[in-house]
Amino acid sequence: MSALLVIIILGVLATLILESMPSIKSLGIGFLWGKIWDPVQNIYGAYPFLVGTLLTSFIALIISVPFSYAIAIYLGEYNPKGWLSDLLKNTIELIAAVPSIIYGFWGLFVLVPIIRTFEMKIGVAPYGIGVFTSSLILAVMIIPYAASLGITLIRMVPSPLKEGAYALGATRYEVIKSVIMPYTRSGLFAGILLSLGRALGETMAVTMLIGNTSAVADSLKNAIFGPGNTMASVIANEFTEADHTEYLSALIELGLVLFFVTVVINLIGKRIITRFTNN
Amino acid sequence: MEAKIGFRNVKSVIFKSIVVFFAFLITVPLIVVLVYIIKQGVTQVNWHFLTNVPAPVGETGGGILNALWGSFIMVMAAAVVAIPIGMMAGIYLSENSRTKLAYYSGLCVDILQGVPSIVVGIVVYFWVVKPLGTFSAISGSLALAIMMLPIVIRSTEQTLRLLPDSLKEAALSLGVPYHRVILKVIVPCGFAGILSGITLSIARVIGETAPLLFTAFGNPYLSSSLTKPMESLPHLIFTYATSPYDDWHNLAWGASFILLMFVLILNIVTKLLTRRWKIQL
Repeated sequence: MSALLVIIILGVLATLILESMPSIKSLGIGFLWGKIWDPVQNIYGAYPFLVGTLLTSFIALIISVPFSYAIAIYLGEYNPKGWLSDLLKNTIELIAAVPSIIYGFWGLFVLVPIIRTFEMKIGVAPYGIGVFTSSLILAVMIIPYAASLGITLIRMVPSPLKEGAYALGATRYEVIKSVIMPYTRSGLFAGILLSLGRALGETMAVTMLIGNTSAVADSLKNAIFGPGNTMASVIANEFTEADHTEYLSALIELGLVLFFVTVVINLIGKRIITRFTNN
Repeated sequence: MEAKIGFRNVKSVIFKSIVVFFAFLITVPLIVVLVYIIKQGVTQVNWHFLTNVPAPVGETGGGILNALWGSFIMVMAAAVVAIPIGMMAGIYLSENSRTKLAYYSGLCVDILQGVPSIVVGIVVYFWVVKPLGTFSAISGSLALAIMMLPIVIRSTEQTLRLLPDSLKEAALSLGVPYHRVILKVIVPCGFAGILSGITLSIARVIGETAPLLFTAFGNPYLSSSLTKPMESLPHLIFTYATSPYDDWHNLAWGASFILLMFVLILNIVTKLLTRRWKIQL
C-alpha cells in the first residue's frame, strides 16, 4: 500500500507532463514570460499569473510573519502552559480549520467594502477586490502553519542555554534576541517556507477575491491594489471553459509549474525541520 | 549602571507587550468571521432549509438538501477508499522505517501534503472524468480521498511510533503470528490516535472546493448516482456566493453556517481524541 503512494505521485507528475505536452511543444520556455494571455487569439503567456501568484503570496507572507513570530514567541516562551495558552493555541488551530471558501465568501461581502473605502481614501481605483484584498485573507489563513511550528521549535530550546544567559544578567528580551532566535532561526524560516507553499497553492479564497484579470498592471500601485490573477485562480476559473487542446494544455502547464514550485518549497521546508529536530 | 539596567528592563517590557499584542490580535479576524457567518447563517437554517433542494431564482424558500447529501456521500466514499489504504501505509511506515520503500513513500506523503488541491482536481479530471466522459461524484470522491491520504498516514504512523516496543515483543514472545500482533495488539492500542487522524482528515476535506470544481462539478438536483455530477456544500457556497441574487446569497450563508458547524464539531472531536494521545498532527 505504501508503494501506492509512490505510484500516485508519479501518476500525478506523468499526467501533468503528458497533458501539458501540446503547450510545452508549441510555446516552449517562452511560455513563462509571455505577457499576453488571450485564449481567443490563441496566445498564452504565464507572466501575469506568475506575477500575481508571487505578489499575493509575498504580501501575505510579509503581513503574516510578525503575527506568526509573536504567537510562536508568546506561546513558546512567555506563556507555554495554562488555560490562556491552551485557548490561544486552539484558536489558532481553528483559523487553519475554517474552509477557504468561507474566508472567500466572508471576504467578498465584508472585507471588500472596507477595502473599497480604504482605497478611496488613499486615492487608487476603488475596486475593492484585488491582489491586496486576497493577500489580507491569505495572510490570516497561513499564519497558523508558521506559528504552530514555531511554538514547538521555541519550546525545544534547551533551558541550560537560556539559564546561562539569565545568569549573565540578560533581560528576557535579550535572551529571546540572542539565545532563542539564533537557535531557532532555521526552523522558523522553514515554517515560513511551509506557509509560503500554502499561500502559493491556495485557490478558492483567492479566486473569489482577486478579480480575475489576466492583464499586466502598468504600475506597482495598480498591481497591488488592482485586480489580478494567480496560477491557481486562473485554473479554477478557466479550466471548464477551455474549449481547445492548446488552451487546456496551457492551463495544465500552469498546474505543472505550480506543482513543481510548491513541492520544492515544501520539501526544502521539511528537510530543514528534520535536520533541526534531529540535532 | 542603574539607568542602563532600567532602560534594558523597559525595552524587555515593551517587547513583551508588542508580542502579546500581535499574538492576541490574530484572534480578531477569526472571531469576526465566525460571528458574521453565525449571525448571517443561523436565521436561514430551519427544517425546510435542510430538507429541500434549492429553489430557482425568484422563488422563495429552497434548501440545501442536495449539497448535504452530496457532501455526505462523497466524503463517505472518499473515507472508505482512503482510510484502509492510509492505515496500511501508516502501519508499514511505522514498522519498517529503514527500508528504501519506506523512505520514498515517506517522501511522497510529504509531497502529497503540499500538492495544491486544484492540481489534484486537474489530475483526477484526466484520470476519471475524461475516460468516463462526464463529471461524476466518484471522481470527486477520488480527489477527496487523495487529499485525505497524507493526514491518515501520518497520524497512524505517529501514533504507532509512540507505542512501547515491549507491547509488541510481549505478544510475539507468546507465539502470536506477526499479522495478528498488528491487528489485535498494535492497531487497537493506537486506535484513538488513528481515529483522530481520520476525523481531522474528514474535517479537512469536507470544506475542500477546488478539487471538486472539475470532478463532481455540482448539480442543482438531488442525486445519489455515483456516476453523475453531484453537489457538495463548499461547491454550493461557491456557486451561490458568486451569483448576483440576494436569495442565493442567503442560501449560501446558511450553507456556510452548516459547513462551519461540521468543521468545528469534527475539530473538537479530534481535539478530545488527541488529548489522550499527545500526538502532533
